Amino acid sequence: MRGGPFILVLIAVAAVIFGLARWLDNSYAFFVGYVVVQYIVLGTAWNILGGYTGYVNFGITAFFAIGAYSSVVLHKLVPAMPLPAMILVGGVMAGIVGIGTGYLTLRLRGVYFSIATLALAVVVQTLITNWDFVGGARGAYVLRPRTAPLIGGGYIDYLFLIMLGLCVISLATARAIERSSLGYGFAAIRDDEAAAEASGVPTLKLKLIATGLSGGFMGMAGAPLPFYVTYLDPSSGFSLNYAVNAIAMPLIGGTSTWLGPVVGAVLVGGLQEYLRVTISSAVNVLVAGVLMVVFVIIAPQGIVGLFKRKRQ
Amino acid sequence: MTALLHVEGLGKRFGGFVALDGIELEVQDGERLGLIGPNGSGKSTLVNCICGTLRNETGSVSFAGEKLDGLLASQRTHRGLARSFQLPRPFASLSLAENLRIPILYAVNARSTGRLAGAAIDARCRDLLGEVGLAGKADRLPRDLTQIEMRKLELARAMAAQPKLLIADEAMAGLSHAEVDEIIALLIRLNGQGVTVIMIEHIMRAVMEFSQRLAVLVAGKKIADGAPKEVVRNDEVVRAYLGE
Amino acid sequence: MASSLTVANIDAGYGAVRVLEDVSLSVGAGETVALLGTNGNGKSTLMKSIMGIVRPSAGSILAEIDGARHELIGRSTEEIVDLGIAFVPEGRRLFPKQTVTENLLLGAFRPAARSAIRRNLDFCFETFPVLKERARQLAGSMSGGEQQMLALARALMSAPRILLVDEPSVGLAPLLVRRTIDKIKELKDGYNLTVLMAEQNFTQAIRIADRGYVIVHGKIAFAGESAEALNNNDLIREFYLGA
Repeated sequence: MRGGPFILVLIAVAAVIFGLARWLDNSYAFFVGYVVVQYIVLGTAWNILGGYTGYVNFGITAFFAIGAYSSVVLHKLVPAMPLPAMILVGGVMAGIVGIGTGYLTLRLRGVYFSIATLALAVVVQTLITNWDFVGGARGAYVLRPRTAPLIGGGYIDYLFLIMLGLCVISLATARAIERSSLGYGFAAIRDDEAAAEASGVPTLKLKLIATGLSGGFMGMAGAPLPFYVTYLDPSSGFSLNYAVNAIAMPLIGGTSTWLGPVVGAVLVGGLQEYLRVTISSAVNVLVAGVLMVVFVIIAPQGIVGLFKRKRQ
Repeated sequence: MTALLHVEGLGKRFGGFVALDGIELEVQDGERLGLIGPNGSGKSTLVNCICGTLRNETGSVSFAGEKLDGLLASQRTHRGLARSFQLPRPFASLSLAENLRIPILYAVNARSTGRLAGAAIDARCRDLLGEVGLAGKADRLPRDLTQIEMRKLELARAMAAQPKLLIADEAMAGLSHAEVDEIIALLIRLNGQGVTVIMIEHIMRAVMEFSQRLAVLVAGKKIADGAPKEVVRNDEVVRAYLGE
Repeated sequence: MASSLTVANIDAGYGAVRVLEDVSLSVGAGETVALLGTNGNGKSTLMKSIMGIVRPSAGSILAEIDGARHELIGRSTEEIVDLGIAFVPEGRRLFPKQTVTENLLLGAFRPAARSAIRRNLDFCFETFPVLKERARQLAGSMSGGEQQMLALARALMSAPRILLVDEPSVGLAPLLVRRTIDKIKELKDGYNLTVLMAEQNFTQAIRIADRGYVIVHGKIAFAGESAEALNNNDLIREFYLGA
């Protein structure tokens, strides 16, 4: 299936899902839906750098929070700014930080890069915790508008729709990359960077593209967050949940295609939500962690990989 | 006539250890040069400095009249330099045909002329695999290959970048007599198509059969450079190999 | 106490890479045999095959130690060392962050050697005075020549009957190579060790070799029945440089 038709199919699926949620007329559905779809975007974003290019990023919370907090700042400065514009700004800011960090750290191979991304998460969290304008450690309140623009109904419906839109864009991007020379370049870097460089692949440039795209999408995923939670403080904005899930879900679903993060987010996210309602929210990270370890040992190609092998 | 490759006063250290000391080397367009030397003499370091994987501290490398100093390895490949690795480094998750796609997409297509697109790329990949006798395994993964097949893939991938100069770094280590013959024939065929080849080898029979000229590296210095039959009888070379 | 080694028709390699083909050689009791050849021809693989680090896919390796015969193929390296065969690996492979004494003590790991550990340690310090001076120095901080001495001494700590030395001259300046070879000769003369030495440096190796083999591309290209037979520059040059 070529790129154009694929996007149309995605949009159609998204429209169906949104219609379904509206028909159920239960705001809980929107809240859960938002979380799962957010994780599809986060997982896809992580996978562009992690699964496709082979560079494991532990600093997810940094990019996610840059998106979230840039919305907080914009909301304070320009209250009338529409959410899509904030998302764009959040994405660009996170993307720039991604490229900047990449430039500093991508000369470090593998493990060292991952450790540097961990440091980045700590640095960004420290900076924001000490920034009074966004509320610092006390957090920031963001008033959620009463009704949704354009579509009417609760604002949460609108947030869900926005997130679905981001999902379509990120999945279409991931799939386009997979089939393009960029995707081949990423795969070559992942498999053997020195051989890739010797074969003419401009590895640093491609890695920067990957970090830029990956960080950018994570920022976009974070931009609507303040409106979703209405109260954003560093401990929840930088929650371990986001980091663990963004890595665990693609690993469980499968890192070699765009479908993997989707499968991972839906299954694990759904499971987590079920457990949160029946047991407690503290179990969430445990579930993701345990499943991740199990899959890495038993099925490193993820669920998608298992199906591929069965077909062969 | 300016040489295709000109290495001038090249020096490389690793901390206090001098790996290469004032290397002077010229390779003419279309030549078949052999490069030999005992273990630790600096052959691989020299290749890495020429190809840009390592940065030399002194001296310079010029290719087709252009100084390569400061250029990344990928940029040097764009300009027509290619190398195969001593230990084959295939792209493990890609099929053989896809392995060859990479240099076509990123080296051949980075040039202003001769670019390929769509079906032409697939055709080129399969043609190249055919030339090394791997056409039947085009859609298999590298892990399904035997040792000699891996080495052929390694050479094919370097050839896919359509180089003007190919450096074959110990492409025959561990191969049987007949397999060595196959690789020599392949490289001679390639040279016949106009590619300049530098062969780095320990297998003397291969080097002697293949080379028009022979250079010898010992402890980071070039101690001989000339006709193969004369070089192997050079006193210094004999002393380096037989000991003193 | 005769100890000898007989390698018969072995094939060996690494996975799909066949390095040695139908290789046979022997080292008689008290002999020093040189295994000559340039890099990449199989000397190290042959040494590793004897020591059980690489497992040959065909042939046999028999060691006769103190009258008892043992098939070495299939045994683990520890077992082979236990039988009384010691190995000085290429590149020394010392424990750089341990002192000279600690490296030596680790050489005496096998139970038979542990009972005589004190005596062997004294013997090593006597034979290698430079090591006695540097008993507390970290092995990694010593010069190449000193490290080679330590590697030799460490092998002796296991009180071996047969000594395998792999390329003692690698990375050493000519003077130090000479000294190392002298030391091996001293050991051979004084203690009736059976020695198999892989060495590219033919000129130095024949100073102490009773016999020798030249290995080219995984096969024995020449077997010299005596030191004189081997001492032929033109012949060796042909094997090494092909002309």
